[in-house]
Amino acid sequence: MHLGESTRECEYSQISTRSSTPMETPYKKKTPKKRKWETFPGRNRFYCDGRIMMAKQTGVFYLTLVLILVTCGLFFTFDCWFLAEQLTPIIPVIGAVLFLFVIGTLLRTSFSDPGVLPRATPDEAADLERQIDVANGSTGYRPPPRTKEVVINGQTVKLKYCFTCKIFRPPRASHCSLCDNCVERFDHHCPWVGNCVGKRNYRFFYMFILSLSFLTVFIFAFVITHIILNSQRIGFLSALKDSPASVLEVVVCFFSVWSIVGLSGFHTYLISSNQTTNEDIKGSWSSKRSKDNYNPYSYGNIFTNCCAALCGPLPPSLIDRRGFIQSDAPQLAPPTNGLPMYGSTQSQQSHKVATTPLLQQQQSSEPVILSPENGASLPGRASLALGGPCTSLPLGQPTPPASTPSLSCHEATDLLPIHGHPHNHSHPLQEQLAHHHFLTPEEVPSPPGMLHCGSPLGHSHTMQGSFYNPASQDSLHEDSVRGLVKLSSV
Amino acid sequence: MLSSMKEGCHDPKTKQTQLLKPGRRTKASGVFHNLQEMQHCASLVTKVFIQRDYSEGTVCRFQTKFPSELNIRIERTLLEETVKTLNSYYMEAEKIGGQSYMEGCLACATAYIVFLCMETRYEKVLKKISGYIQEQNEKIYAPRGLLLTDPVERGMRVLEVSIFEDQGSAGSSPSSTLSSDSSAR
Repeated sequence: MHLGESTRECEYSQISTRSSTPMETPYKKKTPKKRKWETFPGRNRFYCDGRIMMAKQTGVFYLTLVLILVTCGLFFTFDCWFLAEQLTPIIPVIGAVLFLFVIGTLLRTSFSDPGVLPRATPDEAADLERQIDVANGSTGYRPPPRTKEVVINGQTVKLKYCFTCKIFRPPRASHCSLCDNCVERFDHHCPWVGNCVGKRNYRFFYMFILSLSFLTVFIFAFVITHIILNSQRIGFLSALKDSPASVLEVVVCFFSVWSIVGLSGFHTYLISSNQTTNEDIKGSWSSKRSKDNYNPYSYGNIFTNCCAALCGPLPPSLIDRRGFIQSDAPQLAPPTNGLPMYGSTQSQQSHKVATTPLLQQQQSSEPVILSPENGASLPGRASLALGGPCTSLPLGQPTPPASTPSLSCHEATDLLPIHGHPHNHSHPLQEQLAHHHFLTPEEVPSPPGMLHCGSPLGHSHTMQGSFYNPASQDSLHEDSVRGLVKLSSV
Repeated sequence: MLSSMKEGCHDPKTKQTQLLKPGRRTKASGVFHNLQEMQHCASLVTKVFIQRDYSEGTVCRFQTKFPSELNIRIERTLLEETVKTLNSYYMEAEKIGGQSYMEGCLACATAYIVFLCMETRYEKVLKKISGYIQEQNEKIYAPRGLLLTDPVERGMRVLEVSIFEDQGSAGSSPSSTLSSDSSAR
């Protein structure tokens, strides 16, 4: 019965619904409980009643799938017969094994939870806010950057506070702006796979690109062999006419080989040095930063690093997407200090609800410049909440772009204001920029070669929207811009 | 219905004050052995969060620092013992050694299909942990009006300790606690 139910639900439950009324059926004693995936606050899509989890934009994933299936299909249909006869029948067997491995690892990477950190419960968020208040010593406004420093293996690591998830991110975790989740050991968001690559699916991702490199090279080599052998018998042009599919395969494989093999090599390097793509791009552990900068997570030798990444224990998913929502858990009443500190809880968290209370909170603490993307309801609220030293700043006016390029990704970390440092009114913009710019490279991870501080102007222009609202979700057009940015870089 | 529940709680009320004294394990300690009962009879006063300790990297560890709010409720050693045991369980789950390699290689060889039928070692240890927490709650924490929440339910970020108090007890009603909280801000 369970399987039947799930297959039925497979067809119907495509997108995570934000609000849904449970359908009352007369023969059920109580209203059906909702599963947690249905009220998941991130921007993910769930299929098969929560068993499958993917990013919101999956178009490129289907392209990947189609490319692989079509190329392999053509190979098996047109080339394998010849090769099996002329050379050995083991060739199609090896091809089939590789193909199945590639598809298996691809689906595993795409459909699994990358290691999403669930957002803080309201009680936790309130407790953290209290602790931060106590640490700052003032209740009027809060200095923007919230960081904790921790020493790991002799290296000082800054733990940043995530405004969206309301947690201090564990080391190596990062917030994916496309999926709007904090992901543990965040590597990058891969549009080809349609999911983030993080702690839980990194090994599948690596196996996928490794096996795909072998498959691509395999198909490329054997299709060329086929053409050469055939042309020895009937001439080159006739051989091409005989199997036109081979030409297509060669073209696809030729271009794939360079990128896929290159990517596998890069990730092999990352695994052996126990780094993530995110850390490598930012140069977190590079010796260029300072003489005694080293990677505190590395085990020291390549073999152990590889084994740990690929054969280490696989932690289970923390978001429990198929669990039922428990509505009777005791909760503390929210603090009644006039500011709604946190939006709604697990269920029904729409963008605006999450955004506006946080913005209110921010506006009372620091001079915030509203982004025009944030929805019409905000300016009204903002004017009410702003007060004190903040009134001199004009609303709705972004910082002149001239000041932005002066901050590079590396500089931003140095400019990070010290916790508890009082706001100097004459430099609110600079500090704010430092804070927000600091957040941005974090929140926009991209594949290698793309996001580097070599072009801060171009980069900052697209990120303008998110500069001033670290707590707000990106608008749809920012999404598409980022999506395009990622596409072009791969 | 509410009144009847309250009456049910008033009965052990006098016994409950004895319960809160550490070490005083009378037969009345059985009153809160049923955690559901505690959640219904008692009201939640506050929650204390024991945060993660990242000083050893990304492995799961909780801080053994004793939160001051629990000073009057439970002995320091008991809570530290619980946290240390939990830490050792997590360390066992995340240990990289022979068994985890075998599991990893086997999984890789079967294109990870084996995970559909087999439970990973981590999951087995997590089950052990939830059993341990349940046992600790029943034996140690519930009699003191406390409740530990399994970190897995909080995304392994915190070890949540809920502090309960009997609804009828004088001088410490939850509304006054909260209002004093907010006024102190």
